[in-house]
Amino acid sequence: MHKSFGRHHVLQGIDIEIEKGEVVVVIGPSGSGKSTFLRCLNLLEQPTGGDIAFEGTSLIHGKPDINKLRERMGMVFQQFNLFPHMTVLDNITLAPRKLKGMSEQAANDVAHNLLRRIGLFDKANSYPGQLSGGQKQRIAIARALAMSPAMLLFDEPTSALDPEMVGEVLDVMKQLAAEGMTMVVVTHEMGFAREVGSRLVFMDGGKVVEQGKPAEVFANPQHPRTKEFLGKVL
Amino acid sequence: MDFSFLPKYYMFFINGAKITILLSIFTVVLGVILGIVLALMRLSRFGVLRMVATAYIEFIRGTPLLVQLFLFYYGLPKLGIEFPDIPALGTAFPEFMAGVVALSVNSAAYVAETFRAGIQGIDKGQMEAARSLGMPHSMAMRHIILPQAIRNVLPALGNEFIVIIKESSIVSVIGISELMYNADTVRGNSFRPFEPLIVAALIYFVMTFTLSKLLGVAERRMRNSD
Repeated sequence: MHKSFGRHHVLQGIDIEIEKGEVVVVIGPSGSGKSTFLRCLNLLEQPTGGDIAFEGTSLIHGKPDINKLRERMGMVFQQFNLFPHMTVLDNITLAPRKLKGMSEQAANDVAHNLLRRIGLFDKANSYPGQLSGGQKQRIAIARALAMSPAMLLFDEPTSALDPEMVGEVLDVMKQLAAEGMTMVVVTHEMGFAREVGSRLVFMDGGKVVEQGKPAEVFANPQHPRTKEFLGKVL
Repeated sequence: MDFSFLPKYYMFFINGAKITILLSIFTVVLGVILGIVLALMRLSRFGVLRMVATAYIEFIRGTPLLVQLFLFYYGLPKLGIEFPDIPALGTAFPEFMAGVVALSVNSAAYVAETFRAGIQGIDKGQMEAARSLGMPHSMAMRHIILPQAIRNVLPALGNEFIVIIKESSIVSVIGISELMYNADTVRGNSFRPFEPLIVAALIYFVMTFTLSKLLGVAERRMRNSD
C-alpha cells in the first residue's frame, strides 16, 4: 500500500497481514506515517496505490460498499470525537439504530451492557462535555463496540489524556485484547505494547522497518533505526 | 414638534408594523431554508452545484437590494408567476410576495455564507467519527454536522433577522403598506414632514432592540446548557 499527499510520499509501500485475534501495536517517531497507515485501513485516507483486503474483500477494487466495511471496523481517535450535542447513550446507540435498524430498546440494552463493562453505567444520560478525558475515551470505545465490529483501530488513544487517566483506557483495551478482539493500535505506550501486543511494528519514513514479537523487538532490536528509537523512548 | 396627528393616524403605524413583522418572518424562514441549501451546495462534491451556488451568492451580494427588488417585482409576472390578491392581509398580496421573494433571495446569500462557516467550523474529527461508524456522508451531515452547525450559527441568524426587519423598509417603494410606507402616507395626509418618521424610527428600534435582547437571553441559556 502507498499513500502520497501531493508530492509527499508518506507511505512508501506497506505490506502487512493481520490475523484474526491479533493485537498489532504500531510504534515509530512522529511523521513516520503510522497514523496515516491506520487511517488508510478504513479509508479515512484514500491510498494512492496498492490494495487493502478485509475479510477477503478488497477495499480498493471493484466498488466495495465502504460504509458496510466500516461498520465491521471500528475506530477510536486521539481526540475522542464524541458527538457533543448528544447524550452518552445517544452517542452509542445512534449508529446501531440508524445503520443496523436496531430498535431503540435493543440498542439501549447493548449500550447499557457496554457502559457497565467500562464502568460508566451512571453516565448514560450525561453529555460528553461533562466527562473527563479518560471517561470520554472509554465511551468512544463503547461507541465503536456497539456496532459489533470484527476489528478495532486505535489512533493514539491515550495521547490526549492526562497521565492519571491513561490507565483506565488501557485497562479497557487490555480487556478487549483478552477477549480476542482484533486490534491495530498506534501508540506511544511502550508498556502496553510489551504487555498486550501480539506483534510490534516499528515504522519510520513511511516504511515498516522492523516487526516481531514485542518482547523480542524490545530486548533485541535488529535495525539501527529501531535501536535508536527504542533507546530514546525506553 | 407636533404629534397631534397620532390619535387620528396611529392605526397606520400599528398595521404597518404588523406587515413589517409578517414580511420579516416569512423572509427569515424562506431565507434560512434557501441559505442552508446553498451552503450545502457550496460544500458539495459536485462541481456544478458548487459553481451554481457560488455564482448565486456572488451575484446577490454584488448587486443592490433595490435593483433585485424591482427585478422580482416586474420579473415574476413576466415569468408567469402571479399571486392572487388576499384582502385579509391588509396589503396587496402580489406586491407582498414580490417583497418576500426579493428579500429572502437576498438574505439567503448571506445566510449561506454564515452556514458555510458554521459547517466548516465543526471539527473534522466529527465527520470522521461518524464515517468510521459506517454512516454515509448524508446521514453524518444530517445527524452530526448540521445540528452542531445550526447551534453555532443561531446568534448570527438572529442578527440576520434584525437586518431583515430594517432592510424590509425598502419594499415600501413597490407599494407594500408596511411601516415605512404607512409612515410616508401619514406624512402626506397630516402635512407633518418630520414627526411621522420619528415615530416609525422608534417603532423599528423597539422591534430590533427587543429582538436583540431576546436573542441575548436565548444565547446565554444555550451556553449554560452546554
